[in-house]
Amino acid sequence: MTSTDLGGRAAPPAAGPGAGQLRRGRGRLGAGQAPGRGGVTPYLFLAPYLLLFGLFILAPSVYVIWISLHDWDFLLPGKPFVGLQNYLNLFKPGTVTSGPFWQSMEATGKFVLFSVPLLVVVPLAVAVMLNQKFPGRNFFRAAFFAPYVLGVAVVGILWRFLLDPNIGLVNHMLDRIGIDANIPWTTQTPWVWPALVGPTIWWTLGFNAVIFLAGLQDIPRELYEAAKVDGASRWQQFRNVTLPGLRPVLVFIITITILASANVFGQPYLITQGRPGFETRSAIMYIGQEGLRDFRMGNAAAMSFLLTLVLMLISVANFLVFRERRER
Amino acid sequence: MATATTSRPPATEPRQPVGGTRGPSPGRRAGAYAGLLLLTVLFVSPLVFMLTTSFKTNFEATQPTWIPKEPTSEGYSFIFNATQTPVLRWFLNSLLAATGQTLLILVTASMAAYALARMEFPGKRLLTALIIATIFIPPIVLLIPNYVIVAELGWLDSLAAVVVPGAAGAFGVFFLRQFFISLPRELEEAALLDGASRWQIFTRVILPLSKPALATLALLSFLANWNDFLWPLYVLFSPERLTLQPGLSTLQSAFTTDYATIMVGGVIASVPVLILFVFAQRFIIEGVSRSGLKG
Repeated sequence: MTSTDLGGRAAPPAAGPGAGQLRRGRGRLGAGQAPGRGGVTPYLFLAPYLLLFGLFILAPSVYVIWISLHDWDFLLPGKPFVGLQNYLNLFKPGTVTSGPFWQSMEATGKFVLFSVPLLVVVPLAVAVMLNQKFPGRNFFRAAFFAPYVLGVAVVGILWRFLLDPNIGLVNHMLDRIGIDANIPWTTQTPWVWPALVGPTIWWTLGFNAVIFLAGLQDIPRELYEAAKVDGASRWQQFRNVTLPGLRPVLVFIITITILASANVFGQPYLITQGRPGFETRSAIMYIGQEGLRDFRMGNAAAMSFLLTLVLMLISVANFLVFRERRER
Repeated sequence: MATATTSRPPATEPRQPVGGTRGPSPGRRAGAYAGLLLLTVLFVSPLVFMLTTSFKTNFEATQPTWIPKEPTSEGYSFIFNATQTPVLRWFLNSLLAATGQTLLILVTASMAAYALARMEFPGKRLLTALIIATIFIPPIVLLIPNYVIVAELGWLDSLAAVVVPGAAGAFGVFFLRQFFISLPRELEEAALLDGASRWQIFTRVILPLSKPALATLALLSFLANWNDFLWPLYVLFSPERLTLQPGLSTLQSAFTTDYATIMVGGVIASVPVLILFVFAQRFIIEGVSRSGLKG
């Protein structure tokens, strides 16, 4: 997301806290010199937040590495230093943690793979439909957005009910249209995957759609006019005007959607409970179980650190891939 | 399908509807309407079903009826009196936690953001970059160490655990700093010439000018805390200390297939945020679409 992409427009849509804003901020400060310089005042204003920030963001960011280097059982007094053992165990087949951890990473990867394309394409289609002036437009926007204000726990218990294999509404509906399958949504593959992805789309479609919509409204309409004069079809307009115009927003949406899906927890925790076996137990579910239920925190810290590295790599890769395509 | 739009000479229609990219034909428009309506029904019906199920008996909840044959509020009265699942108590805890954290964020983030936006001091750039960079730290990596820190503070199983650590997130500072930078400097400079202190300028000039931004931040913070699931699930354990979201998980394990009872919990956890959404829709949607905050 370069500053030139966003700089030309009045209100950058969904601009992540990128470099563009930082730079613009500095420019301002240089122009109008701050009146009250120096002294202890700035630090007094900062102190309350910095106390929280230091204690619950900075300290734990370092502490997690320290914990991961120990055999850290929360309930035991001794927490011997083990070096990189917790990490090595994750890569050594046959250890207590490596099997379940990589199974949970696989489950997480599958969920990302199944959910992200739908969570990008469907909201984009909805946003394109909503990007027209018609009566009731705001009503539709609100209706699609509404599930997003609910917590994942509500989404989980509600869809666990709707997808109940015996009495759930979904199987009842399928029954009524002649599919008498009694689909085991919550307990068997492959059904567990749509049972996790579907509710996630229901829950977050509105969020992505609203960001896309803001992006669409920032595309100068002269570009569409020009395309029409050139005889471009609607599809060509979409391909050659809409998509390039949405590029920064698209990169942003894809990145945050991958990250959100990779952090999936509540849906498998409440809808499938990780079943069948542990096939849908996500990485965060396993980390929570290992670290905060079984209290083997050294292992859990190592896993969460590894997961974080993977997530950061994904964001960087995502950014680079999309930038490269732009330069071509 | 493109003929209707491409044949229209652009010059004769200089002003097309704002926000629209093209004028669709009536047929297209009807089709789009039908599609949107269908999607809307699909989106709203699970919520309606949750609501109507909460007024059923547990037996009738096994039937796919949309309207209860014998509407009853017994699910509500049952759960309000259950000692192991005190839903009203959870509701109160959620309300206190979300309100407390929202206030804490508003106070600490606005002060810090003002210093970062308008004051000069050594290390300012570094500090700003450091704070903003932490927005990208995946929260999962802080889960284990923060649990240990909260345990050391003696906050496990208490309201403080779900109020204080979550207020440290950098989003509020980032969001308000952007807003403060966009404010004109003239008013502040006038106040300074009148001999006002920094604190007076902050409380009497800056904060009153920032009401929309503060309201948006307050709403987003309240929603985020009210809906938080993972953290309270692990740091709260006593039945009377839970908040609603982990409480719903408790309901699910306690009442397994008594879905009417479980849906009562779902309704109680949803109604406040849905009401908030209805009344403050614009703030919430615009706040989200401007900032891209993902839960």
